[in-house]
Amino acid sequence: MASEKIEAKEKVAAAPQSPKLRRRDLLLAFSTLPVFGGFIAAWLKKRKFDEGKRQALLKELGLSAEAPAILPEGTLRRSSQTIRLGIIGVGGRGEHLLRCAGFVHPRWIESRRREAKLNRLNKDLEIFLSQQDTNCVLTAVCDVFDPRAERALEASRHVLRNGQMVEERGAKRFRHYQDLLNSSEVDAVIIATPDHWHAAMALDAVAAKKHVYLEKCMTRTAEEAVKLYEAVKNSPIIFQLGHQQRQQESHLRARQIVERGLLGKITLVETTTNRNSPDGAWQYEIPEEASPENIDWEQFLGPAPRRPFDVYRFFRWRCWFDYGTGLSGDLLSHEYDAVNQILGLGIPKYAVASGGIYFFKDGRDVPDVFHATFEYPDRELTLIYSATLASDRNRGRIFMGHDAWMEVGETLTVTADPESTRYKEMYLEEIIEPAWPLFSFRPGAKGIDAVTSASERYFATRGLLYSYRAGKRVDISHLHVLEWLDCIREGRQPSCHIDRGFEEAITCHMATESYLRGRRVEWNPEEKKII
Amino acid sequence: MVKSKGIASWQWAALVLLRVVIGWHFLYEGIAKLFNPYWSSASYLLEAKWLFSGFFTAIVANQQLLKIVDYLNIGGLIAIGLGLVAGFLVTPACIAGILLLLLYYVANPAIVGFKSSMPAEGSYLIINKNLVELTALVVLCFFPTGRIAGLDRLIFGPLKAKASKEE
Repeated sequence: MASEKIEAKEKVAAAPQSPKLRRRDLLLAFSTLPVFGGFIAAWLKKRKFDEGKRQALLKELGLSAEAPAILPEGTLRRSSQTIRLGIIGVGGRGEHLLRCAGFVHPRWIESRRREAKLNRLNKDLEIFLSQQDTNCVLTAVCDVFDPRAERALEASRHVLRNGQMVEERGAKRFRHYQDLLNSSEVDAVIIATPDHWHAAMALDAVAAKKHVYLEKCMTRTAEEAVKLYEAVKNSPIIFQLGHQQRQQESHLRARQIVERGLLGKITLVETTTNRNSPDGAWQYEIPEEASPENIDWEQFLGPAPRRPFDVYRFFRWRCWFDYGTGLSGDLLSHEYDAVNQILGLGIPKYAVASGGIYFFKDGRDVPDVFHATFEYPDRELTLIYSATLASDRNRGRIFMGHDAWMEVGETLTVTADPESTRYKEMYLEEIIEPAWPLFSFRPGAKGIDAVTSASERYFATRGLLYSYRAGKRVDISHLHVLEWLDCIREGRQPSCHIDRGFEEAITCHMATESYLRGRRVEWNPEEKKII
Repeated sequence: MVKSKGIASWQWAALVLLRVVIGWHFLYEGIAKLFNPYWSSASYLLEAKWLFSGFFTAIVANQQLLKIVDYLNIGGLIAIGLGLVAGFLVTPACIAGILLLLLYYVANPAIVGFKSSMPAEGSYLIINKNLVELTALVVLCFFPTGRIAGLDRLIFGPLKAKASKEE
């Protein structure tokens, strides 16, 4: 048997193949190649069909899928003038803003390095190190809690310069903010204190001719907002309110979409806040070392009613109307500003708000469930805000037009309305498929970075943490600080200047006033009063 | 057609058809990804919860590595697809296909206790479509269909000659 096999093998190898056999072999060898013809034909047909639909759609929409949105000018160039910065209030947000300007405590770098080792998707440090040099020096720090002031002083000595950490002379601590504002070593000031101090500090900064970056909510009351508005308007200083989502690329695109009328007449905008964690409900951690010895309680109270020392009120100030405005000033302010950025709504005519303290019964007096409805009769539009701090169900920010609806956060999706007038023909011609969005924009879709805490996830989905420039993830607050600094150097107005700030403050305060008064309130633009 | 190893020609034809159909699928999966500017393996890899999940996460964490993996995946799918359809280096193509599908399966297995947030278009218990396709490739590994109908016939010679000696 074995010998037969070998014999047969040799026979096959030795025998010259007949032309008939070779033809047959060639035929069989190439027999499946025509499948490629079928494949290419089917693929080209599908591509032509899809591309034809896509082009027809983009032409109708007047959009280019690839073209970037118009970026704010401030993020594109840099001037050589060094700005001397001061900061008042270096809690969590203040410290973040310092990092956005390039000043970082070495312990933050260590902790982020450790976290990146544990979770390789954590890119906090990488994002920080890739920040642009802001060309600032931090010369002055003021905080009423000693450990925080010390931490900020340490940060002022560790500066990011062109991707490298360098050691610099550092800042001087001022015990009282007015001394900081009067310092000749300060050109511009970041104010990141509780809301009840915003107006007084910003007004004093304007008087001292210091440029101001002020955290939201712009003021705690409407009266303060009017005063600050008039002061800034009559001053040469450059004022930026801390609504960092003004730099969000998806928002800039959303504005383009609305301007092109792709949504049709917009009659309703719904925007929301859902969070479900103690941190998200402002139950921030109380540092163990906190005591009357290292907290200047009297200065903290400032314009607020006198009270005995209370560590909870100091660190969780957002829970009381004496120091903040709860959901209104903290999160509605961001939501409203995002809508205002996209639609240019301005101040509403009427506002009605309701809610209550339904979950976090920790002695707070601000509601943890809160809703507000704003009417814009001139625009024939209603804006609804609805919030709970006790459910993590994500609800979007949705612009509802007759022809399409648009959801905007870090990403953007436009979906045609099946009953639309504008897209009726396109529906009939099947250029638009009801199951698919008309347009979607997902910056950074190719990379995935970790968002670690529940609160962070909330901020990221609302477009409040990151944006993308040239496909790279960027801290959006860094872009906002950078824009302010560039505007100071170039003498132009930033994206969230005093007019936008005034609109934000009054809108938020209308909601708060309505909640507190238990009735609908109206804005009187002549008298600049909520009635 | 002649019988090879006791396999009827219509049986060979069915195996060739199976090879071509799987090849088509691989080829289009690769080409569709190549022409989709938004596609990345990142979200799929991040879903991994079983073996090598740490390794998959490490790939996603590194942008350069992710880019390489994306291109390797696309290139692999297209090369395997071309090989299977043309009957060119069928056995290596089958083995590469098995390894690729094994990675897909490991990243998102249909095993009890592992829930994927990826929407599934069917219902699966242990066996999912990746595993079915993988098994089909295992079968094809043992049948050199490329030497029946495919370019392997020119490279390795027709199976008919070798088989006929055994008859």
